[in-house]
Amino acid sequence: MKAYDIELILSRQLAECLSIPVFITDTGGTLLFYNEPAEEILGKRYEETGEMPVEEWSTIFHPLDDKGDPLDPEKLPLVQTLNNCLPAHGSFWIESLRGENHKISVTSFPIMGRGNRFLGATAIFWKTK
Amino acid sequence: MRIRILGTRGSLPSTNPETFRYGSNTACIEIENDDQVFILDAGTGVLKLTAEQAGNQNRFDILLTHLHIDHIQGLGFFKPLFDPKNEVHIWGPAGSSRSLQNRLNRYLSPPLFPVHYRDLPCQTVLHEIARSSFQVGGLQIDSAYISHPGPTVGYRVTDGDFVFTYLPDHEPFLGNRGWNNGKKWISGMGLAYKSDLLIHDSQYTIEEYTEKIGWGHSSIEQAIRFAEIAEAKKLLLFHHDPNHTDRQLDFILQSYSGYTSDVIEVEYAVEGSVFNLR
Repeated sequence: MKAYDIELILSRQLAECLSIPVFITDTGGTLLFYNEPAEEILGKRYEETGEMPVEEWSTIFHPLDDKGDPLDPEKLPLVQTLNNCLPAHGSFWIESLRGENHKISVTSFPIMGRGNRFLGATAIFWKTK
Repeated sequence: MRIRILGTRGSLPSTNPETFRYGSNTACIEIENDDQVFILDAGTGVLKLTAEQAGNQNRFDILLTHLHIDHIQGLGFFKPLFDPKNEVHIWGPAGSSRSLQNRLNRYLSPPLFPVHYRDLPCQTVLHEIARSSFQVGGLQIDSAYISHPGPTVGYRVTDGDFVFTYLPDHEPFLGNRGWNNGKKWISGMGLAYKSDLLIHDSQYTIEEYTEKIGWGHSSIEQAIRFAEIAEAKKLLLFHHDPNHTDRQLDFILQSYSGYTSDVIEVEYAVEGSVFNLR
């Protein structure tokens, strides 16, 4: 049985203690976990969705720019971080799974473990007023 | 594979005679396979490994879980280090920035120790490991970082169909919701899964643990729960608190009899005991 690396396990444990929404993915972009505050914005409980491949989560929430045009998934901060292992930031609109529109800001950063091992990425996000 | 427990005590060796039954030396395990001997951790128990017991070998492997003092306190007194005929391989966790040698130097140098690491007469070879797989003494070793302050790995030693896992300092309960998230979200589970013999940290009672959350150790109940989730066959409770006498350890385990498992064997690790997995 293969367990997740300790850096991912501890990232999830930290996320579960935070009141700010957090997304955690592996290096391939598969959404491994999002916490309860993220559930509020996304409109779906983690227990209901489970892990999600990048192709699914990057489109399921219908990211839109300020003009209402669909956002290229490659421009999402988390996808940028996964592509270049660097922090990224951006603001855009999403439609939650409950059909509500929210403008959110996202800051993402790579999870670089000991020995500079790239293990995944974390995104924190919040509603923009 | 033959496993001999040379040190069971956590944090500090004990000179209190009331701790001698379960063990007064700090962490050290000897593993023998096909007449080759290697050790896990170099606490004060390592002094019990004599040249005769190590046979005629000139290569020695020391697999360190981490560099807290109770796991390396015996290293400078390990006799094979002082024989120029010997080759001593030290395996230990890679850190975020400082090398294994740099971190070992902090102990093996004045004022903490009179001899510099660089002046040891034997030939030393350092191996930095992380989530790694390698062979030592003809056995398959898998390591992974686990939940404990500072770079710390656990070891899974496989001999054919038999598995021994060593997690002497481990706090998988940190974060308190981890038990319900599935096995792959629990620190150390990949190493411990379906072990025939699991040595696991159990330094505290649950009351003591609540005062020491984040110190990197487990309570007895947590160790048992971890072993149950891992589907281990036998659990040896390890890293006995230096303040717990033998009588207190007996009392603690009896008082937690409600937590003991129906599906796994649970007992304290005893210094000098031997287990044959074959």
